Amino acid sequence: MNADIRPIRTPAEQAILASLGGLPAGGDRLADLRRAAARSFEEHGLPHRRVEEWKYTDLRTLMREAVPLAGPAAVAQADAAARLLRGVEARRIVVANGAVVPELSDLAGLEEGLRLTTLSAALASGDEVLSRLGGILPGRYDASLALNTALAKDGVVIVVAPGAKIERPVHVAHVFAGESAAASYARSLVVVGAGASFTYAESFEGPQGLAYQANAATEFVVGDEAHLDVVRLQEDGAGAFHLATLLFDVGRQAQVHAFTLASGAAVARTSLYATLSGEGSAVGFNGASLLKDRQHNDATLFVDHQAPGCESRELFKTVLDDTSRGVFQGKIVVRQAAQKTDGRMMSRALLLGDDAEMDNKPELEIFADDVQCGHGATCGAIDDELLFYLRARGIPLTEAQSLLVQAFVGEAVETVEHDGLREALLERAEGWLKARG
Amino acid sequence: MPAVQETVDQVRSLDVDQYKYGFFTDIESEKAPKGLNEDTVRFISAKKDEPEWMLEWRLEAFRRWQTMQEPEWARVSYPRIDYQDLYYYSAPKRPTQLSIDDIDPEILKTYEKLGIPLRERDALLGIESTGGSKVAVDAVFDSVSVATTFKEELAKAGVIFMPISEAIREYPELVRKYLGSVVPVTDNYFATLNSAVFSDGSFVYVPKGVRCPMELSTYFRINERNTGQFERTLIIADEGAYVSYLEGCTAPQRDENQLHAAVVELVALADAEIKYSTVQNWYPGDKDGKGGIYNFVTKRGDCRGDRSKISWTQVETGSAITWKYPSCILRGDNSQGEFYSIAISNGYQQVDSGTKMIHLGKNTSSRIISKGIAAGHSDNTYRGLVSAHRKATGARNFTNCDSLLIGDKCGAHTVPYIESKNSSAQFEHEATTSKISDDQLFYCRQRGLDPEEATALIVNGFVKDVLQQLPMEFAVEAQKLIAVSLEGSVG
Repeated sequence: MNADIRPIRTPAEQAILASLGGLPAGGDRLADLRRAAARSFEEHGLPHRRVEEWKYTDLRTLMREAVPLAGPAAVAQADAAARLLRGVEARRIVVANGAVVPELSDLAGLEEGLRLTTLSAALASGDEVLSRLGGILPGRYDASLALNTALAKDGVVIVVAPGAKIERPVHVAHVFAGESAAASYARSLVVVGAGASFTYAESFEGPQGLAYQANAATEFVVGDEAHLDVVRLQEDGAGAFHLATLLFDVGRQAQVHAFTLASGAAVARTSLYATLSGEGSAVGFNGASLLKDRQHNDATLFVDHQAPGCESRELFKTVLDDTSRGVFQGKIVVRQAAQKTDGRMMSRALLLGDDAEMDNKPELEIFADDVQCGHGATCGAIDDELLFYLRARGIPLTEAQSLLVQAFVGEAVETVEHDGLREALLERAEGWLKARG
Repeated sequence: MPAVQETVDQVRSLDVDQYKYGFFTDIESEKAPKGLNEDTVRFISAKKDEPEWMLEWRLEAFRRWQTMQEPEWARVSYPRIDYQDLYYYSAPKRPTQLSIDDIDPEILKTYEKLGIPLRERDALLGIESTGGSKVAVDAVFDSVSVATTFKEELAKAGVIFMPISEAIREYPELVRKYLGSVVPVTDNYFATLNSAVFSDGSFVYVPKGVRCPMELSTYFRINERNTGQFERTLIIADEGAYVSYLEGCTAPQRDENQLHAAVVELVALADAEIKYSTVQNWYPGDKDGKGGIYNFVTKRGDCRGDRSKISWTQVETGSAITWKYPSCILRGDNSQGEFYSIAISNGYQQVDSGTKMIHLGKNTSSRIISKGIAAGHSDNTYRGLVSAHRKATGARNFTNCDSLLIGDKCGAHTVPYIESKNSSAQFEHEATTSKISDDQLFYCRQRGLDPEEATALIVNGFVKDVLQQLPMEFAVEAQKLIAVSLEGSVG
């Protein structure tokens, strides 16, 4: 008789399992997806350092708090909480505690070719676009995504018609509004038709003192020759737990750019999965993280070149102050069919705090021979010679440092195409540096 | 892409199967009973006439090993090894180590075939005529060391160079002090297995301030069928000492897979330098991937003293599977670690190799140059770790990993881990993967080189940085080996 080996459940796992218990027994595809995700969580639980993809972000240890599912937020409270990117001319949707707040969202007067609805409404009406939901799944168990699949009830559903050029960005402002810590889950779907172009922005924020947990996942289905820009700003509260998953399926000759500026949350992990399934597309996945105190930030990328002739560029910058810890894991896979792939990945880290820690793991996995792939990773302190140069010209130390850090981060932020969003992000980065003093 | 197509055609049309060390020497040998249990461990220990502490050490390792799991994280796949279906000890029957004349002439012939003269007289003659430097050789045949040359000349300089089994008897205090101090008994599955059943290997001790007067070298040869080879090498360079050590390996051509699980430990005390070079050419299996050696090796150097230096250079062309990460622990302040590697895989070979540079002391520096070449149906992975601990102020690392793909059925992978816990540490890492450029090939062919020569020339250029690190005698051999390994794979 073999005794069943039951893993010891942490309090956080127990709380999550309790929330999973309430899943309805419905029969449609999404209900099946939810149950499958719940089962896989039951089987694997929270990942720990022995799980390779989570080696540097041991969720089992980091996620100590067991928090209940978040209830709906009061409109006034959500309105007060959503402050980021207000100055940017964009169509604004507020998602508070994982649910769209219609009173604060600009859902009317949509441009021609743009369809925008909520996940809950789409679910209620049996919208056929939901057949795309859950269509791009990573080939491996991802706890954060599994939980999102099982528990998210609302989010934004956007469909851009083929050929439509939507000038005005859609900005989805995720906020946590509440008095006590809770867990929120939001799931969004963005389908960009062939030849269309679209800019999607999202921001994350919440109260400073609460150990709330925000889990957001967005799937992007990008049609042939489409153009998609994704701009993200993560400033969750200092006690928060931020888990984000971005999934991209990129068609033929499409162009996709995604950028994340992250300076919030106590523990943050952003996983990006991109499948390049059509020939000749070009993607750029970039980011900058500004970390201080004991913050932990993990940017994990998985770019899968399945079709020939695609180009991918990744540039990640991490600034680490105090005792913060930054993680970059990037993997470029080039399948045998993906000849003529051109892939470049770069991660640079600047360690300002003596006790800061940076872990880089750039990976290449290549099965096609006619490729040009490379990656680079550096980490170190501010170059003394550069500092000396500035100080010799009468610039005080802190200002000189600040200038250099700004230039360092700026290189990544400059990749954002949309002028208004780029300016807003640069301003946020400057603000972070000023606060550092 | 005409040149690419041609390359692919060449891969198909030519035979990969050209291992020239595939012969088997028929000699009588004495073996331990098949299988692995405490009695096997006792048998080996008794055969070696070991002191009680050594037997205890082995038994402890064996007990620990029984509780361990075979590692699965490497990018290699192979059928499960039946550890009970192996011989753990095999020794030529004639007495060994008495004098060169007592060695079975068959073994001497084997080594001659391999191009390694064991007779000092011959060696000297051979070397004087070419005007090169002297090389002292320790030859390990299956489980035992059969000959060590130039022992006396080395002894004059105070250098101890002998089979480790002899060292355990003659210098127990030295062995006891250092054995397992770099690679602990419990380090990993294969190292623990090695600790339990290792039968021989080389022991080197270079005393304070001595520059070892010649290159030291070990040649490993697996001869018997179904036999695992578990050798253990321990090299200690005392304060201010210098030693350069070369290692070469071959095995007969067989259908079954054979296991080679070695452990190499290097200890460099203050101001000492150890240079360790390997040309690994175990039998890689035939063109269909049948047979070949499983090379599961743990190699680690400890820069224990300040300003010490350890340098690993490896040319990996053989083995069905290579699982090997020669590492440096940079413990002493201002210590240096280097890793230069050429890993060539062809046929169905699988290579998962790289290094670890662990920066612990202040102002430590390390350099990694890795060149991977994958051809045929092979998979070639670089896996490496560079880490700076909290106190490793001023640590520096430069890593460069380049991979070259020849043909579209092979894979090249890079998995570096770069961990910095000190803000003053400066790490730089770069990696590229590409194929041989059509322009370069065209340029060479225009000048009358055939595709194979052109590729060999370009590949040699690609690996030049590493070849330069090898001692002269080895560099020539390695260059030839690279050409042979790629034969039939390139156009």
